[in-house]
Amino acid sequence: MIASDAWKHSLGVLAIQGDYEAHSAAFAEVGVSTRPVKTPTELAEVSALVLPGGESTTMLRLLRRDGFDAALRDFVHARPVFATCAGCILLASEVLHPQQESFAALDVTVERNAYGRQNESAILPIETTLRGDALPDEPLEAVFIRAPRIVRAGAGVETLARRDGYPVLVRQGRILAATFHPELSADRRVHQLFLQILATQP
Amino acid sequence: MSTQNGNHANTGLRLKVGLAEMLKGGVIMDVMNVEQARIAEEAGAVAVMALERVPAMIRAEGGVARMANPKLIREIMSAVTIPVMAKARIGHFAEAQVLQQLGVDFIDESEVLTPADEAHHIDKHAFTTPFVCGARNLGEALRRIAEGAAMIRTKGEAGTGDVVHAVQHMRQITRELRQTTVAREEELYHLAKEHGAPYELVRLVAKTGKLPVPNFSAGGIATPADAALMMQLGAETVFVGSGIFMKERATPLDVEHNAKEREEAVSRARAIVIATTHFNDAKIVAEASEQVTGTMKGLAAAAIEERDQLQTRGW
Repeated sequence: MIASDAWKHSLGVLAIQGDYEAHSAAFAEVGVSTRPVKTPTELAEVSALVLPGGESTTMLRLLRRDGFDAALRDFVHARPVFATCAGCILLASEVLHPQQESFAALDVTVERNAYGRQNESAILPIETTLRGDALPDEPLEAVFIRAPRIVRAGAGVETLARRDGYPVLVRQGRILAATFHPELSADRRVHQLFLQILATQP
Repeated sequence: MSTQNGNHANTGLRLKVGLAEMLKGGVIMDVMNVEQARIAEEAGAVAVMALERVPAMIRAEGGVARMANPKLIREIMSAVTIPVMAKARIGHFAEAQVLQQLGVDFIDESEVLTPADEAHHIDKHAFTTPFVCGARNLGEALRRIAEGAAMIRTKGEAGTGDVVHAVQHMRQITRELRQTTVAREEELYHLAKEHGAPYELVRLVAKTGKLPVPNFSAGGIATPADAALMMQLGAETVFVGSGIFMKERATPLDVEHNAKEREEAVSRARAIVIATTHFNDAKIVAEASEQVTGTMKGLAAAAIEERDQLQTRGW
C-alpha cells in the first residue's frame, strides 16, 4: 500500500498539544515512523507534517514564541501537510465562531464547534466520493469530537467525503484535511491516502 | 492508544476518551468567574474547570462544598470556546445529571467537594458526558474506570500549592502499572484482589503497561517547574487549581479591577502552559519561569492533619 517514494520524506507530527501520539501510533501501524515537532528547529528537520487534533486556541498561543508561527506558516504553504480537526482550523483561510487567526494555506472557511459541545460529539459512517486505491467504496468511520464544519470550500479544493452535505475530508494539492479524527479509528485508509499524496510530492 | 480506542465496543466510551485525548499535553485551569476563564483561554489553557471556590478557599473557609451554581457555569460556557468542566460531589448523580443537562464537556467527580455518598461513586456509564475522577493508586484508578471514568487524574492534595502528594500518587500508579507487566498470568488474580480492582482491567493494564484512559495530574501543582515535573513523571496533562488565580491561601488575585494582579495571573497561566508543552526542555522551562511575577503562597501538605486531607475522600 505504501509507495516506496514516501520514504524520501521525513514525517513530523506537531507535538505541542493534542492527540499527536495517536497520529504517531496510526502511522507506525502502517509502517511509517514519525518525529515529534515542538520547536522551529525540529520543524526544519522534517519534510512533511501532521497537524493533530486538540485545542486550536492553545496551539496558536504555544506557536507564539521563538518565531514558530512564522516558520510553520512558511512550511504549510510549501510542504505536504495532513491536518485533523484543530489542525484543519489552523490551515483554513478563514475561521468563524468566533473569528480566529489562521495560516490560510487551505482555501476553506471553517466554523469552530459547529455541531455543539461534547454531548453532540458522534461516531458516524460516512460515504466517500473517492474511488480507487486508498478509499474504496465502503464507508469510513468518522469520529467527530466537538468538531468544526467546513462551510465553504474554494474551487481548488476537492471534497472526498461529506456529512449532511458539508465537506469533512478535503484535499487541495499536497494538503489533506479532515474535520474528524481518522487517528482515533482502527481504519487506516485516510493515513494511507496521505502517504500516497506524499509519494507524489518532491 | 488509537488501536485500543478502536477496539472499544462502546461508542460512547470512545467519544469520551476521544475528548480526553484532545486535551493531552495541555493545562486545565480552575476558574471562578468569566474574567478568569477568558484569561485562561487567552493564555492557552486546553479547558477550564468552572468553580465557585477553588480548593484553597474551600479548605480555608470550610462548610459544605457543592456543585457550582448553574448560572455561573453557563456564563463561563458562553464566555470561552474551549471545553468547560465542572465538579459534582462524589456519588451525587443528581448533580451530575444537572451538569450533563447544562452541556458541560467533562464532569469531575471530585474529592474537593464534600462527598454525598460514603460507599458509592456515580455510575458514569449512565451518562453521555465524560467523567474524570481522582486516584491515589492503581486500584482506585481501575475502580473508577470500571465505573465509566474516561480520564484519571492523580488526587494530590488540592488547594495547597504543595506538589508532594501529586508526585507520590503519580509514582505509585506508574510503579503499580509496571509491577503488573512483570506479573505471571496466575499472579494477576491475586493482584486484582490486592488492588481491589476488576480482574479484566488488571489483565488489560498488565498487557499494555498503561491505563486504558488518559492519565492526568492534579493536586498542588503551582509553578511551571511543578508542571514539568509531573509531565516527566508520566502525566499526560496537568490540572492547575489555586496556583494561577490565588494570592494568599484564601484570597484570589483581583483580575477584574487590579491591572497588576491581572498581569500576575496572566504571567503564571502562560508560563505553566509553556512549561507543560516543553516539559523536557529545561531551557524553555527556565525561560517560562522567569516570566512569572509571583507565586501562590501555599500550605505545606505535611502540616495538614490526615482527617483534613481531601485526598482520603473516595473509595
